[in-house]
Amino acid sequence: MCQLERCRRTVCVLCFVKNFAIPGARDLTVANEDLRDRIRQAIKRQERPTVTVLSSLLATQDEFGYIPREAIEEIAVYTGASTNDVWGVASFYKNFQFTEPNEHVIEICWGPSCHIMGAPEIIEEAAEVLGIEGEGDSVDGKGTLRYNTCLGACARAPVISIDHQLYGRMTAKKAVEKIKSL
Amino acid sequence: MFSYDELKGTADQRWKDLTQGDMPWIRVGTEMNGHAAGGFQVIDAIRSELGARNIAAYVDEVGTLGLSYAEPIVDVLKPGRRSRLLFRDVLVDDLPEIIDKYIVNDSVPGNKAFAYLGEEPIQGVPDLRTIPQYGMQQRVAMRNAGHIAPADIYQYIANDGYAALNKALFEIGADTVIEEMKASNLRGRGGAGFPTGLKWSFMVNSPGPIKYIACNCEEGDPGAFNDKAILESDPHTLLEGMLLAGFSTGASNGFVFIRHGHDGPIDRTERAIEQAYELGILGKNVMGSDFSFDIEVSLTGDSYVAGEETALMESIEGKRSMPRFKPPFPAAAGIWQKPTTINNVKTLAYAPQIILNGSEWFSGIGTEKSTGTAIACLTGHIAYPGIYEVPMGLTIGQVINTVGGGVPGGKSLKLLQTGGPLGGVLGPDSLDVKIDFDDMAAAGAIFGSGGLIVGNEDTSVVDLIRVLVTFCQYESCGKCFPCRLGMTQLLDIMERIARFEGKPEDLDVCERLGKTMQIGSLCAHGQLGFNPIKSALTHFISEFEEHLNERRDPTGRTSTKFFSPKATRPYSEDFREVQPLEVISSL
Repeated sequence: MCQLERCRRTVCVLCFVKNFAIPGARDLTVANEDLRDRIRQAIKRQERPTVTVLSSLLATQDEFGYIPREAIEEIAVYTGASTNDVWGVASFYKNFQFTEPNEHVIEICWGPSCHIMGAPEIIEEAAEVLGIEGEGDSVDGKGTLRYNTCLGACARAPVISIDHQLYGRMTAKKAVEKIKSL
Repeated sequence: MFSYDELKGTADQRWKDLTQGDMPWIRVGTEMNGHAAGGFQVIDAIRSELGARNIAAYVDEVGTLGLSYAEPIVDVLKPGRRSRLLFRDVLVDDLPEIIDKYIVNDSVPGNKAFAYLGEEPIQGVPDLRTIPQYGMQQRVAMRNAGHIAPADIYQYIANDGYAALNKALFEIGADTVIEEMKASNLRGRGGAGFPTGLKWSFMVNSPGPIKYIACNCEEGDPGAFNDKAILESDPHTLLEGMLLAGFSTGASNGFVFIRHGHDGPIDRTERAIEQAYELGILGKNVMGSDFSFDIEVSLTGDSYVAGEETALMESIEGKRSMPRFKPPFPAAAGIWQKPTTINNVKTLAYAPQIILNGSEWFSGIGTEKSTGTAIACLTGHIAYPGIYEVPMGLTIGQVINTVGGGVPGGKSLKLLQTGGPLGGVLGPDSLDVKIDFDDMAAAGAIFGSGGLIVGNEDTSVVDLIRVLVTFCQYESCGKCFPCRLGMTQLLDIMERIARFEGKPEDLDVCERLGKTMQIGSLCAHGQLGFNPIKSALTHFISEFEEHLNERRDPTGRTSTKFFSPKATRPYSEDFREVQPLEVISSL
């Protein structure tokens, strides 16, 4: 989430400039060797013949659930790209998050199939039970709500996913029960 | 290294063990729809229930029979039987009864037994082939889906798997493969309908040695899930299709391009590739011939535009998935500027059957200009949602009413949304349109990825169009400004109309923006981005007018609430609050 309170977009050029481009404002190269080690291992662990910036970012996202700032640098070093290029890719794809998600990630589909089968009510009630408005992290640190354009099980619409487990033919009531029982 | 005959011998033996052995064979549908219905919990429970009763059985995760509405389907083949008994909507609590009654005691339990499949009738249940949801299907690309376990390569080989590859490598040769593909008149199933044989022939003369075959399983279209279903049900069909494409065009490497986050298709494809390498079907000297081919899975982040062929190549290279200018065309300079052919999953999945059974057999299915089958994903307000592979040339009405069971709850059908978010909507008068490339195009729709979303009389057109436009705006990659800015304007206008605050000139502005986007965008996302609104204005103009003039929705919708990602920003409080100039001055 963006650093400035007033602009709540995920990645914002202005905040990026403010946070990273001005020396001393917030140092990207913080010494955080433990985290960096984990990132390096996650990148090296991808056993695929073609390793790119994107595949390294995906590996990091799989490991941490988000892209830590340090990962941008580590990936740039590993793939020989510039940090700018890595940021360019990371900010382009919508699945990359830059803040650590809460314990459980709840994804709700808002695509047309799920929409006409009643996704809006589910989103509304799920957000209410988590105490947030729309996408975001709940204050108690339990759940993170994300919208998804297609979870891939449209024949069982409306679909939600909690920590990668899909649930089909949801109703607002059932979804709220599932979230409460987390 | 094994020859095809050795592999086939092992596979036939394994298949005989499974189907005529002395252990029951239990198959559970765990494709994504099965997953959403609880298929994995069911299969875990089956294993533990069988363990508790000391019953030895083969238990396999399989793909889908297409009957997503009945998932999770548990399919039991008992030793000595020639028919499988299928149970539908199985919950974990039903399993003790199914196991005790059917597997132990041989009586058919009443409420969950669904149908039998095979030559020998089972008392009390109908033949699955008499049920239109299965009986009207003609399965070519999905012939093995739901019947074999995707994790077992031998089950695929026992069902004629890799026979077409063997035939191509050692009997007919590369040129004949391309001739057969051309003669079959197979058209690409990704949406554009370009003849596949012709596409392959473009790459034959491109200079080597490194050439790529890319398989497009990005499938970001909401409402379509047939590509993922093929990968999850029968990944080896796709690998064989890619091998055939690679052999006939002289390619050296293949990429299966899947969206990150869809774990089922990714895991099963990776497992299939691993097995194919172990048996020498992939890698150096495929099946002992002098043809070598490597395949790997390439993942992309969430981006709808990545499904466009040039954007897909950018994404495989690890960059932002933005379309490239054409020419040069991919057959000349594609991934890393090497010659590349890109095909959809469905297109490649047809190839093995065409080579094995001949082009005449294939062109006998469907209509003259659109040969073969169409894989339709029925969703929305429909009695039997699912994935149905039907011959081309059926009308949309037949597919929806006969196969899909019509609109449930005594309601009438109001609209159809075809071909993904860019395809637009159709009215009920389009039920007579035939499903093939040309008839659909003439009716102002595209079959595209095969998604058919059905809306009943309570569906608000304006509300649905707002979702489609939001999707298009959200997924615009931003390279071409007519698309990037035009979509934002269109979304603002749609949001305004849906909030009953529309201005009289709004629809004219929409038309103008749409025209600009069509002329000024590189890829189909911008070119067709106006389609949802255009088609809605053609079929449902009165609803828009009622919104504009009388400030009400004919379906009685009064709520103006709408949930969409923050990156879309029509009317959003966030966007109004942000004042970029002030932020800059505060630096």
